[in-house]
This record gives sequence, structure tokens and C-alpha cells, in this order.
Amino acid sequence: MGHDTQVQARSKKQYEYDRHHNAVHMRKQVINFAIMIFLTFLAFAVVVADFSTYYIKPLILLLAGIQVVIQLYSYMHMDDKKASHIGVISTFVWFGVVIAFTVFLAFLTIIWW
Amino acid sequence: MEHTKFTPQSWPDKPEQATMEGKNKFVGIWIFICSDITLFASVFATYLSLKDKGPAGMEYSAAELFELPLAFVMTMLLLTSSLTSVYAMYHMKNYNFKGVQIWMSITVLLGLGFLALEIYEFYHYVHDGFGYTQSAFSSAFFTLVGTHGLHVVIGLVWILCLIFRNAGRGLNLYNAPKYYAASIFWHFIDVVWVFIFTVVYLMGVLG
Repeated sequence: MGHDTQVQARSKKQYEYDRHHNAVHMRKQVINFAIMIFLTFLAFAVVVADFSTYYIKPLILLLAGIQVVIQLYSYMHMDDKKASHIGVISTFVWFGVVIAFTVFLAFLTIIWW
Repeated sequence: MEHTKFTPQSWPDKPEQATMEGKNKFVGIWIFICSDITLFASVFATYLSLKDKGPAGMEYSAAELFELPLAFVMTMLLLTSSLTSVYAMYHMKNYNFKGVQIWMSITVLLGLGFLALEIYEFYHYVHDGFGYTQSAFSSAFFTLVGTHGLHVVIGLVWILCLIFRNAGRGLNLYNAPKYYAASIFWHFIDVVWVFIFTVVYLMGVLG
């Protein structure tokens, strides 16, 4: 059945190693959260500070891009090479991004409103 | 497998992908998310091309309409709810069901806070005369932000169903992938919001 699996109890050493590894990983996630909060603050701050829009717009788009990559690869576990079908998933996601970019390009340049 | 009693030591290190069903759910939620990326691409592109466009003499523009403090609080709520669902998954890996339920509940509370602010914001706009049919700009804005809001509602209902349905069951390899898929979906909602606060609110205020 689909829910069946071979369950083998981990050795005590392996169990302790896994728990430690999980805790270390969780600490990294909290650091990633702090980075994302910082990037959000930065994005709002540069807009409030009222610099030239030619400078601000690319900067806040770049900050959003960095945040999204952090979300995808750390919170959504796309960095986990052992995850099931992760290669297929990465291919789908990045093709999705290419399609999204094409839609933007078409709507903002080729289609005339 | 549903009825197997686990101990923290016999609980697999990757419970969400220990079964074939779990592996399939993992790939399934991602393929759904990829199709959702293209959905949001189209509503984002529509919004950007119709921004500030409407009938002659239209008095509403993004620069006058949007308020940054509200968008900032909403962003913080959603970003924090992403972290709390990461905590839930951390406890899932350690076979701590109580931790999973508590952190998922906190995620739901933060999501509800976000949703309340969004409803307040929409009510405020409609009350001021900026309704869905007011202009091309208003239709595009409500469609984009509303589609995201709908995803939040679906995510909240989904997670609440999981919390209540599994409350008496405890953690097993049948429901672990379900929690995991819901958490991935919740992160995706946050990913979309990052673009909404940047493209709609921040760039809107810039004019």
C-alpha cells in the first residue's frame, strides 16, 4: 500500500545525530528569517527615504528576488538534494519562472493598451 | 502503517517522504505550485499593465491610495507565520505532535490576523468609492490581491482541517505528508506576498 514503508529503528547514535542535525538546521532557519525581516525593513526604508525611483525600483525588486530564493531553497526545502524528485521539481519551478517572465514581458512591452 | 506505534527513535528522519504516498504528495504539491506561479504571473502582469488606468479624470492612483504602515504590518504577520510553520515541521521531524499542533495553530492565528487586515483594507477602499468595477486599475488590483487573499483563506481552512481532523490520531506516516504539503503551500503564499508588497505597495507608492 501507498502508506507502507520499511521502518527500521535508528541506533541511539544515529537518533542523537539526527536530532542534533535538526536543531542545527532549525537555527539556520531562524537566521534566514532574520535575514528576510532585515531585507523587508530595507525595502520599506528605501521607499520611505524617498531616493530617486530609478535607483529604488531595481533595488527593491532585487531584494524581493533574494527573499524568494531564500524562501524556496530554505523554507520550502528545494536545497534538499535527497528529497523525492527534487530535480523534476526544480525544473518545473524554474520553467514556471521563465513562463512568468515571458508573460510580464508580453503584457508590458508587446501588448499595447 | 497508519496504526503503527512509533517512538521518537523509530520515527523516520524524513517522515514526510518515508512512504510512496508521501513522495507523491511532495511532488504533487510542487506541480500545483508551478501552475500557481503561472496563474499569479498573469494577474501580476495584468495589474502592472492596467495600473493607474481608468476612465478620464479618475481620481484614484496607487500613489494616493496605498498606505505603507498597513502593508508593513501585513508583511510582518505573513513572514512570521512562515517561520512558525517551519517550527511545526521541525517538531514533526522530532516526533513531537503537540509541538506540531501548537505551531500550526500559531500559524493559523497569524494568518487570520493578516486576513483581517486585508478585509479591513478592502472595506476601506470600497467605502471610499474604489470598488471592483470602478476602473481597470481597481479590477486588476482586487483580482491580484484578492486571488492571493483567496489562497490565504484556502490555506487557513486546510491547516485548520488538519489540526482538528488529526487531533485524536497523533502523528503517523499517513498524516505527516499532509502537514508537510500544507506547510509548503503556506510558504508559497508568503512568496507571492513578497512580490505583492514590492510590486503593488512599494512601487505603487513610488508612482
